[in-house]
Amino acid sequence: MSASVTDATTAGGLPEANPWGAPPRRRRRKLTFDRALFMAVFLGLPVAVFVIFVVIPIGQALFYSLTDWSGFSPVMNVVGLDNYVKLLNDETFLKALRNNALLTLVVPLVTLTAALAIAVVVTTAGPSTGQVRGLNGSGFYRVVSFFPYAVPAIVIGLLWAQVYDPAAGLFNGILTGIGLDGFENYAWLGEVRAAMPASMFVMIWASIGFYTVLFVAAIKGIPAEIYEAARIDGAGRFRTAISITLPSIRDNVQTAYIYLGILTLDAYVFMAALNPGGGPANSTLTMSQHLMNTAFKKGQFGYATSMGVVLALVTLLFAALIFAIFYFAGGRDKKGEVAR
Amino acid sequence: MSAVTLDEPATPARADRGRRTPSDALVAGTSHTMLILWSVIVIVPFCWVLLSSFKTSKEILSSPFSLPAEWSFDNYVSAWTKAGIGTYFFNTVIVVGTALVLVMLLGAMCAYVLARFEFFGRNFIYYSMLGGLTFPVFLVIVPLFFVLQGFGLLNTLPGLILTYVAYALPFTVFFLYAFFKTLPDDVYEAAMMDGAGEWRTFFRIMLPMAAPGMAGVAIFNFLGLWNQFLLPVALNTDRKNYVLTQGMASFSSQAGYNVDFGALFAGVVLTVLPVLVVYLIFQRRIAGTVSTGTFR
Repeated sequence: MSASVTDATTAGGLPEANPWGAPPRRRRRKLTFDRALFMAVFLGLPVAVFVIFVVIPIGQALFYSLTDWSGFSPVMNVVGLDNYVKLLNDETFLKALRNNALLTLVVPLVTLTAALAIAVVVTTAGPSTGQVRGLNGSGFYRVVSFFPYAVPAIVIGLLWAQVYDPAAGLFNGILTGIGLDGFENYAWLGEVRAAMPASMFVMIWASIGFYTVLFVAAIKGIPAEIYEAARIDGAGRFRTAISITLPSIRDNVQTAYIYLGILTLDAYVFMAALNPGGGPANSTLTMSQHLMNTAFKKGQFGYATSMGVVLALVTLLFAALIFAIFYFAGGRDKKGEVAR
Repeated sequence: MSAVTLDEPATPARADRGRRTPSDALVAGTSHTMLILWSVIVIVPFCWVLLSSFKTSKEILSSPFSLPAEWSFDNYVSAWTKAGIGTYFFNTVIVVGTALVLVMLLGAMCAYVLARFEFFGRNFIYYSMLGGLTFPVFLVIVPLFFVLQGFGLLNTLPGLILTYVAYALPFTVFFLYAFFKTLPDDVYEAAMMDGAGEWRTFFRIMLPMAAPGMAGVAIFNFLGLWNQFLLPVALNTDRKNYVLTQGMASFSSQAGYNVDFGALFAGVVLTVLPVLVVYLIFQRRIAGTVSTGTFR
């Protein structure tokens, strides 16, 4: 264990005995046997679990992706980058990659815009006199809109698959009910044109609430004096939202964007529930679905792990891109300083 | 912002509270309309599922709006017994319950040592855990399959529990780390001077003091683990060990065109109910945890 290294040399070898004197030097204490055992057990157990089930598999994944392993035979040839070359010519995989890219472009943008709008309204859009506060009854909206987050994604998928059902679904029932007879028996998840937008809507529907709660918490952290000052200067609600709220919580927006991006680059659970087969003409197939098919249905484990590596790389690339965009676009300017 | 002057004291202006300008009314009206619309879009599908769960499959297929001819719990009975939701429910309770206790214990231990002791490699371990948060599970799903097979834990509940623990651990450590960091040092010193060893200090003093943080993280872990789908689908393929989410997925696809829709809807209600209860009880704390822990 690395825990056995002692720092006693710098700390003088004794625990701080006088709490009233100089500020105590934290966390530098003599290493007794009891303390060493304590640290070894407390750190050793969790780290062992983490290494065995997370770190080692990541290492293995990198290696398997360079082989032609089928998973069930001991034979394994190192084929170098062949799997990656094959990926570049795999039409299905490229289609899946484009679908993921489209999801990552649309879903976070719509979700976060809506979540921000709701958060701003329930926190700061109240009456323009008196204290800066949100609309009346905003707690209700917060509770309701967070609710889908508590429901398993797979169940949300199944639920919406029923809502979208061509004949007996709620959605077509409402549409035909209000006189749009053209939608009778329209297969929302079965038409190439409609399947993707319909799936996107489900993901947006499921995510807005969580990010609303996040942004509400962030906005509540902004000092009220800033809003009052802006109001005295004559800034209206919209101007306040754009010039004060948004710059003050842009770190939160950035993190939320990355979280959502990771979700949409994965998207497995939603898509598996809505269209297990990848949708009409693979229009909703995602990389993760293709990976699972390749590994567990076709038994091409080496090839499948190379998809996993690509997925991980794309995710990292996406995160870096978001950091860069937020850094350069209106990034570290004076506005951000106002609330800090 | 050019002139943010703080010279003028912010007046509470209690006098003119309640007096509203026309623009206030306009903004409030528009906002309420939009928000109510959104709430309806969120709530209505759930109500529809609840309604449909009392109908027979024939009624469901004939019209989405009709009321059930008779309100019976037949669908719930058949979902619970015939479709195996009962078994899956108990599997889920066992797996999520055990994994939750384990991950909170291990996570607290790890976070405590990382946050309050200084030693060689501390930052390395901490940042590796953080890294574990960002890698997609899909990267490791294939090797994980064979790691579990190697231990003889593939398709067993203990194997699934350990995997859950490993993948919930980085999140747990990350948030509890911040919590243990803020605990005052004097309490620790006092316990030490009174002769409590490290072990007793942790279990009797520090862990109870971190209880609010533990509760918040536990709620998030509960929701996350209860809703987990990918890990069981890949690592737990034995039907009698299925968890709820898996059961629901296979339930809707296995029968093809002969899906028992009534039972499917009943199954959805049965899956949603426990999380809904947990959420409604703890929703205030959830909002609180998000604000204290997450992004600041």
